[in-house]
Amino acid sequence: MTTVAAGPDQAGRFGAFGGRLAPEALMAALEELTRAYEAARADPAFQADLAALHRDYTGRPTLLTEVPGFAAHAGGARVFLKREDMAHTGSHKINNVLGQALLAKRMGKRRLIAETGAGQHGVATATAAALLGLECVVYMGEEDTRRQALNVARMRMLGADVVPVTVGSRTLKDAINESFRDWVATVQTTHYCIGSVMGPHPFPMMVRDFQRVIGVEAREQILAAAGRLPDAVIACVGGGSNAIGIFHAFIGDPSVRLIGCEAGGEGLPTGRHAATLAGGSPGVIHGMRTYLLQDDEGQTLPTHSISAGLDYPGVGPEHAWLRDAGRAEYRAITDDEAMAAFSVLCRTEGIIPAIESAHALAGALQVGPGLGREAVLVVNLSGRGDKDVDIAARYFGHLGDGASGPVAAGGAAGAAAVSTQHGHPAGAGR
Amino acid sequence: MTAAGATGPATVSGAFARAAAQRRAALVGYLPAGFPSVTGAIAAARAMAAAGADVVEIGLPYSDPLMDGPVIQEAVHRALAGGVRVADVLRTVEEVSAAGVPVLVMTYWNPVERYGVAAFARDLAAAGGRGLITPDLPPEEAGPWLATAAERGLDAVFLVAPSSPEERIKLICSSCRGFVYAASVMGITGARARVSDAAAGLVARVRQHTGLPVAVGLGVSSGGQAAEVASFADGVIVGSAFVRRLLDAPDEAAGERAVAALAAELAAGVRQPAGS
Repeated sequence: MTTVAAGPDQAGRFGAFGGRLAPEALMAALEELTRAYEAARADPAFQADLAALHRDYTGRPTLLTEVPGFAAHAGGARVFLKREDMAHTGSHKINNVLGQALLAKRMGKRRLIAETGAGQHGVATATAAALLGLECVVYMGEEDTRRQALNVARMRMLGADVVPVTVGSRTLKDAINESFRDWVATVQTTHYCIGSVMGPHPFPMMVRDFQRVIGVEAREQILAAAGRLPDAVIACVGGGSNAIGIFHAFIGDPSVRLIGCEAGGEGLPTGRHAATLAGGSPGVIHGMRTYLLQDDEGQTLPTHSISAGLDYPGVGPEHAWLRDAGRAEYRAITDDEAMAAFSVLCRTEGIIPAIESAHALAGALQVGPGLGREAVLVVNLSGRGDKDVDIAARYFGHLGDGASGPVAAGGAAGAAAVSTQHGHPAGAGR
Repeated sequence: MTAAGATGPATVSGAFARAAAQRRAALVGYLPAGFPSVTGAIAAARAMAAAGADVVEIGLPYSDPLMDGPVIQEAVHRALAGGVRVADVLRTVEEVSAAGVPVLVMTYWNPVERYGVAAFARDLAAAGGRGLITPDLPPEEAGPWLATAAERGLDAVFLVAPSSPEERIKLICSSCRGFVYAASVMGITGARARVSDAAAGLVARVRQHTGLPVAVGLGVSSGGQAAEVASFADGVIVGSAFVRRLLDAPDEAAGERAVAALAAELAAGVRQPAGS
């Protein structure tokens, strides 16, 4: 397993995955970025600047919170949440963005561009740009600008230019295409601040390194809180940055199961999902070789998830490698399973999770019972649910004006089932 | 337009050599397969060749064309919505090649990898296709394709960009077969008001590393621009301007005529004496 933890190689390959399958116009910039990043990584001054920002601005280390009320629904195992929802801007995305924004300044770039799905990465990028005095343009699929209107407003308040993408499927993958189209024309002055562990080398490695802090903290915190390593670390996977972030420090601990929860949408058999590792096949997309959802002729398939942040047909190449090496396991969580877990956490712990993170919570509800009461689980709560209140309220039929979606009936039934057993079990400590 | 015949099937290098012998640049025209329909694209590409295109590029429509501007995006989106398949692309290659013009396929890499590199090369060669232009496959990642291309005698065309440093230009030139595709600007496909200043310098840099013809693409849309590029390059590549003609046409016949008219204008452009 030490070889699995050591990737990628000089060409950016994680086993058979990764690499740099990019247009020639970007190759020089990617090489420049690799050199600049490697120099920054080895520079104590850069690392000190980033650590200071994380301490004084992001609010790191984030908490590790034990959630016994939630755990009662997961077979009684001890469950701990890594509270990335408490990081500034409301998700783990800020970890990566501050690193890349500092690097962009160091490279003399004055403009940041970013793609965003749920809007969390766009908000984080707009935030870092405001803080560090950089211009910011965020590309967002038109469909996502509707699903996540609140985050569009947040980005604009922070001074970013939000560009709705109206081509293709109008979701995250098209926002990525449009970001590459911008970058290829502006690369001398612009840094493309990719939001996940994807894209051509060095992005999967660099973003992983910037997110690695999650697992480094969590490993130390769980040893202090539980006195031992966890049996499983669970995270949601879209592109996979929060999952790699929390997994990486545990890769060398063979007793720790690493479980990634992908967006199962309406279920794998329906084809309406975004479960790349569970339902995809190897190929090339967005500059990397990885698993993707494609048809028999290599055309990217449309994806579906209730969560905009997981609605992506590819996945970071390091996850593809961890899967094929058997070091991590990936499962598909349906929209309904995620929303049921969302509701359990709200009602038992007073924490509203992002719908993305609710997929990881659902994973804990599924694997917990099989691990028994002595088990210890760490779940990455990658973001908070403020941005999802409208979607969740429609799903559960909480709006009270009849404005509920077609799934409201099933969702409300799920919520009712949960509400009969909410609250902490007697004697559960924190 | 009949290099085929006694001398065998038309080749890309043959087309460039013939243009050079006529002291002019070659005209390379692009159209995607399947737009406005499979048969409409075939007719338009044959009309383009008949009106003066020396080499034809047939685009393989792909769901995520991240090097293409809005015009080509729109056409390939419609081609895919119309259900175009790789088999249709190969049929297009076959029917356009039959007109006696050398045909290359311009494709993003994933569809080829999915089809199987060796199988794709076999079927492309069987259709009379002369090779591939691969805008998102750098030579470093092209090992299996280069081996198959050499085996089948297919051309492998890679792009150089104004940002390419010397050592990459050298690597790309040593991997190319047929010609070297010089992207005239940093950016995506689409017509531009004027030819980039970077193009002539890039062509000169490429010539230091190869005796292959160098063709310039991205942004050329008029006979005047073609003449300007022809003064310093061996070939002039035009794509979006042809696609624009098809998008604007009221019907397929009108589109075919408009494509032919543009090809004639560009063919006259590449024949204008340098500096005139």
